[in-house]
Amino acid sequence: MGRGNRPVVKGDKAIRFWDIAVVIGVFAVVMQIVPLLVWAERRISALIQDRVGPNRVGPFGLFQPLADAIKLLFKEDVIPDGADRFLFVLAPALAFFPAAMTATVIPFGAPMLIGGEMLQLQVCRGNVGMMLFMALTGLSVYGIAFGGWASNNKYAMLGSLRASAQVLSYEIAMGIALVSVFMTSQSVDLNTIVADQTGTWMGFVPKWNVLKQPLAFVIFFIAAFAETNRLPFDLAECEAELVGGYHTEYSSMKFSLFFLAEYAAMFSSCCMITTLFLGGWSFPGMPAGETGKLFSLLTVAVFFTKVAVLLFFFIVVRWTLPRFRFDQLMHLGWKTLIPLGLANIAATGVAAQL
Amino acid sequence: MIAALGIRLGDPAAYVFLAFAAMTCGSALIVAASRNIVYSAYALLLTFFGVAGLYAFLDADFIAAAQLLVYVGGILVLILFGVMLTHKIRDINLSNETTNPIIGAAIAGFIFLALAYVSIYTKWDVVERTASPTTGEIGKAFVGKYLLPFEASSVLLLGALIGAAYLARREKEKP
Repeated sequence: MGRGNRPVVKGDKAIRFWDIAVVIGVFAVVMQIVPLLVWAERRISALIQDRVGPNRVGPFGLFQPLADAIKLLFKEDVIPDGADRFLFVLAPALAFFPAAMTATVIPFGAPMLIGGEMLQLQVCRGNVGMMLFMALTGLSVYGIAFGGWASNNKYAMLGSLRASAQVLSYEIAMGIALVSVFMTSQSVDLNTIVADQTGTWMGFVPKWNVLKQPLAFVIFFIAAFAETNRLPFDLAECEAELVGGYHTEYSSMKFSLFFLAEYAAMFSSCCMITTLFLGGWSFPGMPAGETGKLFSLLTVAVFFTKVAVLLFFFIVVRWTLPRFRFDQLMHLGWKTLIPLGLANIAATGVAAQL
Repeated sequence: MIAALGIRLGDPAAYVFLAFAAMTCGSALIVAASRNIVYSAYALLLTFFGVAGLYAFLDADFIAAAQLLVYVGGILVLILFGVMLTHKIRDINLSNETTNPIIGAAIAGFIFLALAYVSIYTKWDVVERTASPTTGEIGKAFVGKYLLPFEASSVLLLGALIGAAYLARREKEKP
C-alpha cells in the first residue's frame, strides 16, 4: 500500500491552460487514430488475403480514409419511410459519443512538469476512472438499440437486440476480470495501477499485470472483443443472417458514424488493456521519479507502441477467425468467462493471504 | 426562490447545477407525459444522466459513476428490451395512456410539497468538500460500519439472481 498514492487534484485548483490542452489533445488523438485504423484494417486485411489493398491515394494509400470520408459525405442520406425520424438521426451520435469518451480516463503518459506544476496526461483523473469506463462501454448499447429500433426493419431490430445482449453479458465478465486486477494492484486508480507495474523481476522481466493476472487478462481481452462487436463476436451485423445488422437502413455519414464508433471503441479498449495489463506508459529500466518533458513524451510513445501492437492483433484476429453462433457466444460469456473470473478472484484472495 | 435554495447567482457553479436540475426535471416530465413509450424510455436516459451530473456536481464522483453504470447501463437497457420487444406498441395505443389525471396530479403535488418542505426546513449537515478520493471511504464503510445491510442486500441480490436463472431456464420435459 501507499505506492504512488498521489493527492487528487480536484476542486482545490483552478483549471489551467495545460489541462485544457490535454483535453483537446486526447480528443484530437481519438479523432485522428480512427481513420488511420480504418486504413490499417484495409491494408492488413489485404495482406492476409494476399491482395494489394488501397495504395493509390497518397503514399501507401494513407489518404484513402480522407477519400472515403468525402465519398460518404456526398452520398444520399436516406431516412426510410417507416422510421422514427428523431431516434433514427440521434442513434449514430449516441453510438459515437461513449466510444469517443472512454479515452478520457486513460493516463497516456508520465506526469509532466510544466511551469512548476505537475500535469497529468489524463483528462478524467481520480479514482472513478475505471467505473466511468465500464459505464461508458455500457452506454454504447443505446446507439445500437435505438438505431435498430428506429430503422423499422426486422433485421436491424434483431441485430440491435443481439448486440445489446452481448454487450451487457460481456460487461459482467469484464468487470469481474477487473476486480482481480484491483486486488493485485490494491487500487482502483489507473495511475496507481500503472505505477504498480513498474520495475522488473530478475532484471529483465517487467512486472506487468499480464504476468501477475494472466487469466484476468485473457477474460478481459475476450470481453473487449465482444464489447466492440468485432469478429469473432460481430453477431450484431452478421451479414449472412441479418443483411447488415443494426445499420442496415443507414447510409451516408450516419452509417460512417456507426463505423467510426466501432473503431474508436476498439482504440479505447486497447488503451485500457495496455494500462491495466501491459504496464501502461511504463517500460522496463525506466528511471523512477523522472518528470522531464522529453521523458514524458517518450512514455507517451511507449504507450502508443503497445497500443499499436494490440490493435494489430485485433485486426489480425478479425481476418483470421470465423464467427461464433449466438448461443455459443452466450455460453462462452456466462458459463465459461464469468465462473473463471470468479474463481480467479477467489484464487487471488487466497494467494494474497499466503 | 433560487436565492432561498442557497444558490449564488454570480457563481458559475450555480448555472451548472441549474442546467443539470433542468435536464433532470424536464426529461422526467417527458417520461411521464410522452405518448410514445420508446420516447419515454429515451427521456429516462436523460433523467438518469441529469441525476448523475448532480452527483458529480456534489463531488460524489463514485456515486455518479455508479448511477451511470447501474441505472443507465443496466436497468434502463432492460426497460428498453421490454419496450422494444413488444413490437409496434404505438399502434396498439394503450401503452402510455394518461389515466386519472386529477388524482395523479393531487398525489404528485402532495409528495412534491412534502419533499420541498423537508428539503428547505431540515438542518442539513454541511460537509466541507474533501479532496481525498471517495472510493476508499465508501469501501471501508461497506465492510465496517454498514456490514450487515451490505451483506443483507447481497443475499437479496443473490436470491434475485437465482430466481431469474430459474425462471429463464427451459422447462424440462416430464418423464
